[in-house]
Amino acid sequence: MEGIKEVIGPTLFHYALAPALKIAVLLVAVLTLIAYTTFAERKILGFLQVRTGPNRVGPWGVLQPIADVAKLLVKQDIMPTQAVRWAYVLAPCLVVGPALVIFSVIPFGPSAEVTGNMNWFITDVNVGLLFVVAMATIGVYGLILGGWASNNKFSLLGGLRSAAQMISYEVPQGFSLVVPLLMAGTMSLSGIVDAQIEQGRWFVFAFFPFGLLAFFIYFVAGVAESNRNPFDLPEAESELVAGFHTEYSGMRFALFFLGEYANMIVISAVAVTLFLGGWSRPFSSVESLSFLDLGFLPGGMGGLVWFTLKLLVFLFVYIWFRGTFPRYRFDQLMDLGWKWMIPAALIAIAGTGLFKILIR
Amino acid sequence: MTDEILTGADQYETLFGVEEMELNFGPQHPATHGVLRLKMKIDGERIVDCYPIIGYLHRGTEKLFELHPFFQNVPHTDRMDYVAAATNNLAYVGAVEKLLGLVVPPRARYIRTILSELQRISSHLLWLATHAIDIGAMTPFFYTFRERELVLDLFEEYCGARLTLNCMRPGGQPYDLTVGWAEKSAAFVDSFPAKVDEYEGLLTENRIWKKRTIGIGMLPPEVALEYGVTGPMLRGSGIQWDIRKAMPYEAYDEVEFEVPVFTNCDTYDRYLVRMEEMRQSASIVKQCLDKLPEGPIMAKRPRVLKAPKEGEVYHSVEGPKGEIGFYIVGDGTANPYRCRVRPPSLYNIQVLPEMVRGGLIADLVAVIGTTDIVLGEVDR
Repeated sequence: MEGIKEVIGPTLFHYALAPALKIAVLLVAVLTLIAYTTFAERKILGFLQVRTGPNRVGPWGVLQPIADVAKLLVKQDIMPTQAVRWAYVLAPCLVVGPALVIFSVIPFGPSAEVTGNMNWFITDVNVGLLFVVAMATIGVYGLILGGWASNNKFSLLGGLRSAAQMISYEVPQGFSLVVPLLMAGTMSLSGIVDAQIEQGRWFVFAFFPFGLLAFFIYFVAGVAESNRNPFDLPEAESELVAGFHTEYSGMRFALFFLGEYANMIVISAVAVTLFLGGWSRPFSSVESLSFLDLGFLPGGMGGLVWFTLKLLVFLFVYIWFRGTFPRYRFDQLMDLGWKWMIPAALIAIAGTGLFKILIR
Repeated sequence: MTDEILTGADQYETLFGVEEMELNFGPQHPATHGVLRLKMKIDGERIVDCYPIIGYLHRGTEKLFELHPFFQNVPHTDRMDYVAAATNNLAYVGAVEKLLGLVVPPRARYIRTILSELQRISSHLLWLATHAIDIGAMTPFFYTFRERELVLDLFEEYCGARLTLNCMRPGGQPYDLTVGWAEKSAAFVDSFPAKVDEYEGLLTENRIWKKRTIGIGMLPPEVALEYGVTGPMLRGSGIQWDIRKAMPYEAYDEVEFEVPVFTNCDTYDRYLVRMEEMRQSASIVKQCLDKLPEGPIMAKRPRVLKAPKEGEVYHSVEGPKGEIGFYIVGDGTANPYRCRVRPPSLYNIQVLPEMVRGGLIADLVAVIGTTDIVLGEVDR
């Protein structure tokens, strides 16, 4: 690394080569994680549902995701003749693109000030939180557009549902993000993690119960945003056949699928960063537990380990939801959003603000 | 024809003059449980009107009955309600016995009772599985199939078939119970109530499940009676009508059981009715196994069954879905002159538009689930 840096010069290294390498590594890692989330989902659902799950491809079925991808890649890609072509093609990209872009601001480990040589994030935007919210919103347009462009009545209903869903969960989700913002006093995601280490507590436990409330609202809204059970209304198989992606097949369908799982991971990652201390170890203020830092791992990789562990817990909860809950009706989801989550989020904001003033 | 039936749309005027969308729901759709087609007018997701179109699975079963001798017709009944073959068999052989005046020996009556109650359990398990998966709960499906498998194993051991049982004959039973069968089924019905608790643990007090079923698909008792709805659908509307109690057949007057009735007329109460019925069925099987008399399993009967000249008879039993009845006319030959079936699903599906009008599409699938229809029986 140092050798390359000398050859191409520090400017080129810091602004072109290092980010490009990081992006490549991150993309591969995230796509692998997505593939194996689908595998884990099927195995865990199998465990919950007294059956075995995939076990044919490779030992314990571990090569199943690869077989799935290969199958989807070689499948015929069908476009309905009456479809609106540009929108039909654009929609899956709108779902998967923004979800992957959000990963660029998430800190997976400590910054260079701690590790000495590298940042465990691609970039640290000082309005990172706003960037996350803005990008997450774009994904919904893919659903609406895909449902409309397919020229299928069931798809259209699915698209309509996702529009209804969006306006009811985005507001409480936005509100709930204000709480960690107030607690940390910064919008940069790695700044928020640093604040949690500095204050010696995860924001989910801070200003009890307001941190917990905000965390809860964020996660429920996040489940709705990623269209997962019990809020999988836009694709509701038993009602709308496959909802917005009824007409999609082959790789275009796979992109929607990819987008859903990427969204799951993004929402979990943001929740970990904002509320559960990000890459920091548990009890980061207790000196006697410093062996939990996993200092024997090189270059601050211990942070990555903790981050991944927390992330996996969230993904498990997502899958657990799917094995347990029936589906909400979309007007009931709107009820939940407007009548319960928005007032609760406002209370969390007010409570946090009050605490802040009183403590100062 | 189909253009004129959507009269509800005429009465429906929206403030902004918005047009309704016409939507064909089925016959190929994951939630229609077969080949039901629903022609709907919808406004957004609200159902303005709904018209069920049936007949995609018509196989002329009633005509087939006329072409075969009485004892050869039992397999045809298997294929009407193919998830509850034993009760279909029972209704048909009961009608033939009534027509011919055959007296069934006690042991056969008890075996029939056991088989039809096991069939009720397996049919209700399938209903619960599909109903839950329609509403989005995926896991009950696998739990119920675990137990349904045990029931089907019992059937397989008794008569060799798992679904289309063909397990009864006019006059009695074709086979006696195999060695050890009674113990196996006793073990099953002993363990079964705990399994029902398990299903209820997933659903009954689940807030989302309650939100999706309470107050959905209202079926007032008057409407239910007008449409001839029977079975759990009727008992969920507060009317205590069960042929097993009202006109006992086979061994039902010799066992004790309760007929669960709930009065809120909604999908949730029909769910509760069926859950309780499964427990009651297990108890009936248990009692029958305890009381099982010894003796012959077949009545004395002629080699060729011939109907009396000018005999006609109607016999019905309480199937898992409601009253399944056979009306048979004899003309002195070995074949029925006419055989008309009263399938419960046909009557229960007719009330569907009343139940879904004004609801949402999400309610529609809940209501289709709660009617527990089998299209093989509706179309015959």
